[in-house]
Amino acid sequence: MTDQGITPSQTVGPFFKYGLTPNGQYDWNDAFTGNLVTPDTSGERIRIEGRVFDGDGAPVPDCMLEVWQADSQGRFADPQDKRALPNAAFRGFGRVGTDADGAYAFDTIMPGQVPDPDGKPQAPHVLLAVFGRGMLRHLYTRIYFGGEAANESDPVLALVPPDRRATLIATREPGKPVYRLDLHLQGDNETVFFDI
Amino acid sequence: MTFLYPVASNAAHPAPLSPEYKSSIKRAPSRPLIPMRHTLSELTGPVYGHETVREGDSDLTTQHKGEPLGERIIVHGHVLDEDGRGVPNTLLEIWQANACGRYIHVRDQHPAPLDPNFTGAGRAQSDASGYYRFVTIKPGAYPWGNHHNAWRPAHIHFSVFGHAFISRLVPQMYFPNDPLFPFDPIFNAVTDEKARGRMVSSFDLDNTQPEWALCYRFNIVLRGANATPMETK
Repeated sequence: MTDQGITPSQTVGPFFKYGLTPNGQYDWNDAFTGNLVTPDTSGERIRIEGRVFDGDGAPVPDCMLEVWQADSQGRFADPQDKRALPNAAFRGFGRVGTDADGAYAFDTIMPGQVPDPDGKPQAPHVLLAVFGRGMLRHLYTRIYFGGEAANESDPVLALVPPDRRATLIATREPGKPVYRLDLHLQGDNETVFFDI
Repeated sequence: MTFLYPVASNAAHPAPLSPEYKSSIKRAPSRPLIPMRHTLSELTGPVYGHETVREGDSDLTTQHKGEPLGERIIVHGHVLDEDGRGVPNTLLEIWQANACGRYIHVRDQHPAPLDPNFTGAGRAQSDASGYYRFVTIKPGAYPWGNHHNAWRPAHIHFSVFGHAFISRLVPQMYFPNDPLFPFDPIFNAVTDEKARGRMVSSFDLDNTQPEWALCYRFNIVLRGANATPMETK
């Protein structure tokens, strides 16, 4: 280990959008968007959407959200995932800025199951990093999917007090491949964030 | 190589609630974060294609017809892991105010001029040794509404990835000896003096280009340590 330590985080600030999520509004291109689906991606197409709120219940219009997930086989598009599983061009990473209503959306696919360190399958989930003005470091949470039987035995959900688990589980809209999950940075319905 | 990400290293980061920074008061979680073991989901991270960084993306002074106003500078350094090894082929994104302290963002209302020749956004990828380099102009300080007569020290925002989704880091690079340091609640939200020092670039005379640009060095240390450390001598 070096004795110098890691570089500390600072807030992404209020003015990141032209550099990180320009979305056609600035003279700069998007390296990443909220659409993770590539033409050869296999799996069930889904949309994950919701809104972000602060401790007063006010929408947060200047959040940046990043997701990281496995493909439908449960494999990550990273050579560090050494399991011999097929993988398409699906990269598994997306980024959006919230809009004036604090709303966000990702178009992606339902991830497959990923093992925990003991080899036990985790329920399908997406990692989510939340950045924003007023947030000196991003927060990490997970998005799980309502109706998945595997949620009952997921080793990470099991760490969360039962009365807070709902903050991590997106609700499927009837008849549509759309899952909704609002994020509450603070307050009564505060989203569970992980110390990772 | 397999990496571990000791949670203890996160102690360098500011606490989520830093009341002097007013915007943190309603946006910091009030409940403790829940510890968990890292799984493959946490230990992997995105890999980028060649199209992510286009030729010229790392030079913020050549993106328009004319040259931007201000002091041209080179900002370079290494992205390192906690063992001091370079982090190769990782994406760095930067964004910053112009020389007058004005961001191109539509919500920046600071009454300082925009520069039609400066967007203030750039990208680079570290090389095999973790080295990166940007050419830009030195950003100005600017006022903000946090408290009476609040000014941010001049800074460049960085966004860096590293080996895993949990090595993700969004720091700010400051310039040496800025007189605004003692008064800035964002800078001082990092409570350890040594850790604050790691956010400040150093003036790099050796790599200054005569007749052209001053140079600053900024090394970025991300989480990640070798899971099987070499035996000590």
